[in-house]
Amino acid sequence: MKSTIVSSPHVPRINRVDQIMLQVLLALVPGIAAMTWFFGWGVLINVVLAVTFAVTAEAAVMVLRGRPPLVAVGDLSAVVTAVLFAIAVPPTLPWWLTLLGILFAIVLVKQLYGGMGYNPFNPAMAAYVFLLISYPVAMTTWLAPSMLAEHSFSFMESLRAILTGVLPPGLDWDGVSSATPLDEMRGKLDLDMTIAEIRQSPLWGSFGGRGWEWVGNWFLLGGLYLLWRRVITWHIPVSMLTGLLVCAGIFWVLDPQTHPFPAFHLFSGAAILGAFFIATDPVTACTTKRGQVIFGALIGVAVYVIRSWGGYPDAVAFAVLLMNIAAPTIDYYTQPRVFGHGGERG
Amino acid sequence: MSIVHLLSGKRRLWKFHGGIHVPDEKALSNACAIATMPLPKRLVIPLQQHIGAPARPLIKVGDGVLKGQTIAEPSGFISAPVHASSSGTVVAIESHPVAHPSGLSAVCAIIEPDGKDAWSELPPPLPDYPQLDPALIRERIRWAGVVGMGGAAFPTAVKLSPGIERTIQTLVINGAECEPYITCDDRLMRERAAHILEGVRIMHHLLGVAEVLIGIEDNKPEAIAAMRLALADTDMGSYTEVVSIPTLYPSGGEKQLIRILTGKEVPTKGIPAQVGIVCQNVGSAAAVADAVLEGKPLISRVITVTGRAIKHPRNLEVPIGTRAEDLIAHCDGYQEAPRKLVCGGPMMGFELKQPSVPVTKSTNCLLALTAVESPDPEPALACIRCGRCAEACPAKLLPQQMYWYARSKDLDRIQDYNLFDCIECGCCAQVCPSHIPLVQYYRYAKTEIWAREQERKKSELARTRHAARQARLERQEKERQARLRKQKAALAAKQPDGAEGADTKKAAIEAARQRAAAKKAATQTQAT
Ligand code: SF4
Ligand code: SF4
Repeated sequence: MKSTIVSSPHVPRINRVDQIMLQVLLALVPGIAAMTWFFGWGVLINVVLAVTFAVTAEAAVMVLRGRPPLVAVGDLSAVVTAVLFAIAVPPTLPWWLTLLGILFAIVLVKQLYGGMGYNPFNPAMAAYVFLLISYPVAMTTWLAPSMLAEHSFSFMESLRAILTGVLPPGLDWDGVSSATPLDEMRGKLDLDMTIAEIRQSPLWGSFGGRGWEWVGNWFLLGGLYLLWRRVITWHIPVSMLTGLLVCAGIFWVLDPQTHPFPAFHLFSGAAILGAFFIATDPVTACTTKRGQVIFGALIGVAVYVIRSWGGYPDAVAFAVLLMNIAAPTIDYYTQPRVFGHGGERG
Repeated sequence: MSIVHLLSGKRRLWKFHGGIHVPDEKALSNACAIATMPLPKRLVIPLQQHIGAPARPLIKVGDGVLKGQTIAEPSGFISAPVHASSSGTVVAIESHPVAHPSGLSAVCAIIEPDGKDAWSELPPPLPDYPQLDPALIRERIRWAGVVGMGGAAFPTAVKLSPGIERTIQTLVINGAECEPYITCDDRLMRERAAHILEGVRIMHHLLGVAEVLIGIEDNKPEAIAAMRLALADTDMGSYTEVVSIPTLYPSGGEKQLIRILTGKEVPTKGIPAQVGIVCQNVGSAAAVADAVLEGKPLISRVITVTGRAIKHPRNLEVPIGTRAEDLIAHCDGYQEAPRKLVCGGPMMGFELKQPSVPVTKSTNCLLALTAVESPDPEPALACIRCGRCAEACPAKLLPQQMYWYARSKDLDRIQDYNLFDCIECGCCAQVCPSHIPLVQYYRYAKTEIWAREQERKKSELARTRHAARQARLERQEKERQARLRKQKAALAAKQPDGAEGADTKKAAIEAARQRAAAKKAATQTQAT
C-alpha cells in the first residue's frame, strides 16, 4: 500500500476534460465537412493551421510559465478554440491572420488571464472580433458556396491562396467571393428593397442562403449529439435560439415586408454554431441552470439587435462576448435554493 | 397522495436533486450469508464510539471482565455506555489508533479474551414491553449502548426520547444501503427480517407514530421480499410499509431518504424531528430488539469485508473491538496487494492508515481496494465551470463556487454558499471532469472554520482573563499603596514619642516570653 492518503470518494472518476473536448470536436465534424463541401479545402486548411498554431502557442506559454506543457495541451481545450476560430473565419483568410488571431486567443485572452478555466471571455470569439475590427475586408471576404461558384478551388489552389494570397490565373477576389446571406439581406434592406424582392436572387435557398443553411443543419446535428451525450444541457442553446426566434418573430409579424422570416435568422450566420458550440463554453458561460437560461436568451436577443441595427451583419461573436461580461453577475443572482432552506415542496 | 398513485395503489415517491449512479459492486459479497467471526486474540474497544459526551471507564488494568459487562458508563444525556464483547482480562487502557478520518488515536480498553466467552449477569428480557413504563424501555436501550449503526453513531435512546415523541408522525427505517460494495444491511434484512421488525415495533411503540416506512433500494429485491414476507406475519401491516425506492446514490442519506419517502425537507442545520420524523437504521432496529427482548447489550455487529483485493469477501458478525487485520486474516487475506484499506463505503469512507484499528458500533464495511478499483486520481486540472458537480449535488449546492472560495481561503464567502449543508457524499468529486478532490477542500474548509471559531473563543477567553488579571493587579497595587501610605502616616504619628516606642518593644518581648513558657508547659503535659 502506498502511504499517500486520498480523500473520498474512492472510486474511479467518470468524466475527463479531454474526453469532453473530444466529444465537442467529434460533434463539429459534420458541420466542418459540410463547410468544406460548400466552401472548399480552405476550411480544412484553416483548421489544420489554427490547431497547429494553437497547440504550439499553448505549449510555449506553459514552458514559459514553468508548467508541464503536455498536461495543458492534453486537455484539448486549445484545439477546440482553434477549430472554432478556424470555422468562423473566411476559408481563404491569409495564414498570418490566422496566426495573429490564434496568438490573440491563446496568449492574451486565455493564458494571460491564468489559463484554462480562468478566462472570462471566449477566446475564439474574442480573436474573431479582434480580427474583424482590425482587418474588416479580409475577414468578410467569403467564397461563394460551391453551387453558385463559377470556379471550384482545388486543394493546391486553396493552399496557395491562403499562404501567398495568389488566386488561380484569371480569377480575382471580386469574382470568387460573394456576400454572405446576412450581408446580402442587410445591404438590400438598407436599399429599401422588400424581402420578396431580395429573395429573387439565386443566392437564396429554402430558409437562408443556399449552402449556408445546410451548414447550419449539420452543426445542429452535432449539437444534438452533444445534448445526447450530455456534454451540454439544453438550457443555453434552447434559450438562445428561442430568444432569437422570438425577437425575429415579433418583427416579422409586425412587418413581414422588411423583416426576414424567423427561420432565416436561425439558419444564417453562426446562430446554430453559436448556440450549441460557442455560447455553451462552460468556462465563460453561466453555471447555474436558471442563469444559463437568462444568459442564452440575452445572447439570442443581442444577436437579433446587432444583426438588425448594429454595425456588423453577424453578431454571434459580439453577443457572446457581451454576455460573458454579465455571466458572473447573473450567476450570483440565480443561485439555486439549497436543500432544506425552505421554499417549494413536492 | 395523487390520484395516479391512489389508483395504482402505489406509494408516491419524491425525488431529491442530483445524485449519481455508481457501479454497486454488491455482487462481490451479497451472496455471502452472515457468518460469525471467531473470537480474536485481542479486543481493542474504544471507550467512545458515539456522537456526544465520552463514556467514563469503569475498569482498571488487570481487571477480569465478563461478556456484556459495562466497561464504560455514559457521562451525559447524549452519551452511551460501552460493554465488553467477550470475557477476559483488561491488559491495558491506552491510546490506540481508531477508525477516524484523520487517523487519530483514542483511549481504548484492550482485552485479552479468556476463550470462555462467559456472559455477565444480564437484565431480564422485557417481552411484555407494551405494558411497561416507556421510560423503562428507553432506559434499557440506553443501557444496551445502542447507537445509529449506519455510520453516524448517534445514541438511539436519545432519538426515542420524550419531548420529541409528541410531534413525530413518521418513523423512517433506513435499509437503503446506497453505498457501493456494502451488503451487511442487505444480509441482515434477508436473514433476520423478523428480528428487525421486532425492533421496529418497539420503536413504534415508544414514539407512538402513525406510520412506519422502511425504505430499501430496489437493487436489493431479496431484502425487500424478505422484509415484506416477515411483515405479513406480524400485526404491524396496518401502519408499516416496506417501500422499494429507486437505486440512486445517496438515497440512504438521512435527509435524502426522508425526502424520497415523505417529500419533506429537513431544514438546514435542523434535525428530522423538526418535520415530524425519526430515522433509524435497520441494524439499530435489530440491536433494539436484542436489548429489549433478550436483555443483550450491543457488543457485536454485522460488517461487510470486501473489495477485490480480499480473497474471500464476507459478511461477518463481529465482536466490537476486533481489529481490521484480524478480519482480513479471517477472510483468507489478500489475493492481490491492496492500494488502500477503507473504513466504510467507497463514496464516503476514509482510508485507514493502520490495519490495527478496531471495529466499532458504526463500522459497516471494511474495503480492501485494488489500484484498479480505486485508482489514484490524476493530477487535478483547473475547474472549467462545467457545472456537472452542481447537477450531481444532492444538497443543491454550488460545489464549484465553494471550491473557488475554499482555494482562496475565503472562509466567510464559502459559508455564504452553505458549506455546512454539504454532506460530503462525494457526488461532485465523482463527476468532476477536472478530477478536483472537491470533498477534501470542503473538509479542509470546515476544519479551518471550526479551528477559527475555537481560536476566537480561546482568544476571547484569554482577553477576559487578561483584563481580569490586569484589574486584579491594579487593585492590589492600589491596596498596597494605600497600606504603605497608612503605615507611613502611622509611623510619622509615632516617631516623635520615643518613650512610647520603647514601651511597645518591652511589651512585645514580655509577650514572647510568656508564649514560650506556655508552649513548654504544653509539651510537658503531653509527654506525661
Ligand atoms: S465539475 Fe469540476 S470542473 Fe466542473 S464545475 Fe464542478 S468543480 Fe468545476
Ligand atoms: S460532497 Fe457536498 S458539495 Fe459535493 S455533492 Fe455532496 S453535498 Fe454536494
